[in-house]
Amino acid sequence: MSDQKTADIQRRTEAVKDQLIRKGLLAEEDVQHFLDLAEEWKPENGARVVARAWTDPEFRQRLLDDATSACAEMGYTGLQGEYIVALENTPELHNVVVCTQCSCTAWPVLGLPPDWYKSPEYRARVVRQPRRVLSEMGLELSPDIGVRVWETSAETRYMVIPLRPSGTEALGVDDLSALVTREALIGVALASQCER
Amino acid sequence: MDSIHDLGGMQGFGAVRVERDEPVFHEPWQATAFALMVATQVVMRSHNADEYRHSIERMSPSHYLQAHYYERVLTGTTTLLVEKGLLDLQDLEARSGGVFPLAAPVAENPMSDRVPQTEARFTEGDRVRVLPISPAGHVRAPKFCRGHVGTVVHRAPKFSFPDTSAHGGERRKEHTYHVEFSAQALWPREGGANDSVVVDLWDSYLEAASS
Repeated sequence: MSDQKTADIQRRTEAVKDQLIRKGLLAEEDVQHFLDLAEEWKPENGARVVARAWTDPEFRQRLLDDATSACAEMGYTGLQGEYIVALENTPELHNVVVCTQCSCTAWPVLGLPPDWYKSPEYRARVVRQPRRVLSEMGLELSPDIGVRVWETSAETRYMVIPLRPSGTEALGVDDLSALVTREALIGVALASQCER
Repeated sequence: MDSIHDLGGMQGFGAVRVERDEPVFHEPWQATAFALMVATQVVMRSHNADEYRHSIERMSPSHYLQAHYYERVLTGTTTLLVEKGLLDLQDLEARSGGVFPLAAPVAENPMSDRVPQTEARFTEGDRVRVLPISPAGHVRAPKFCRGHVGTVVHRAPKFSFPDTSAHGGERRKEHTYHVEFSAQALWPREGGANDSVVVDLWDSYLEAASS
């Protein structure tokens, strides 16, 4: 087949799936099961964890001590959530997460990662030029604030706890969680300012 | 293996492009590729996560960089299924109407000869150096930190040692450590004075450092 063109990716994917099902190695329901699970993994989960940590000092401490259990307590556990560590931003330190060698992410709290996180550009550059990459992505950090880049090279999965924006003292957990985006949970953005 | 996947610190890449309100999957085949990747490992148990990561690392560098993430996912998974005799490449190519590029075979003698470290040798505050390892097979110590000295900031639980588990070697677990390296040590001309990189490293990738 060397004189032929590479097959269309959609047809390659279907061919693998069809052959696995035809041979009885997988069932259609197995495939669907993981697609259903993927819909449960979303950054709104991590946002609720953050909003609770902002409003409940005891939960915040549990999250910092053992994020795996604290997230599981809220129902966020499972594949790629076996050992979660929460990284708290402070006025002096900003945390940002990457996986330079593949694209590991804490699926239950962050969801499956976006294309930019999986791109060679982000993976190659953020460990070397974090301030420049963050600035290009719209986040300007003062030189006084340290930047700590967390490389997901083993089995720990990270989530960032962004700083709670000022002027949000009156907000409840639902409104607060709406301020926390997937980008803030990875550390390439801050929590949004309150729009009211 | 020191292949294209080990991108950290590589130069020449441009701006990161963020898509607003990006969907989880852009096309239906991406969702299928994702589900097959998980189902083959979790339901079929035809291979483990370390074998899977290494199968993607074995893709040719040009294919790796041109392929979308979920094409890499499909290529790595399919490579293993064909290698293990579970799928037939000729049949896949006939059904998909063209060439189905797979990753290259595993290298001969793929494993490094790390001494197993079943007990935790380090604790928070220890200074450690990353050994200059470079096996022909799977390894999870990124090139950019090899040879550098950092400080242990956290000891994580034991996890399966990827260099052996990717190659059917002896099943063993070791602690991993979050090791903090100053950005100026890693990147002397660019690193910020207040900045650092923390890498999660298995025990036997490390040795004690005095300074």
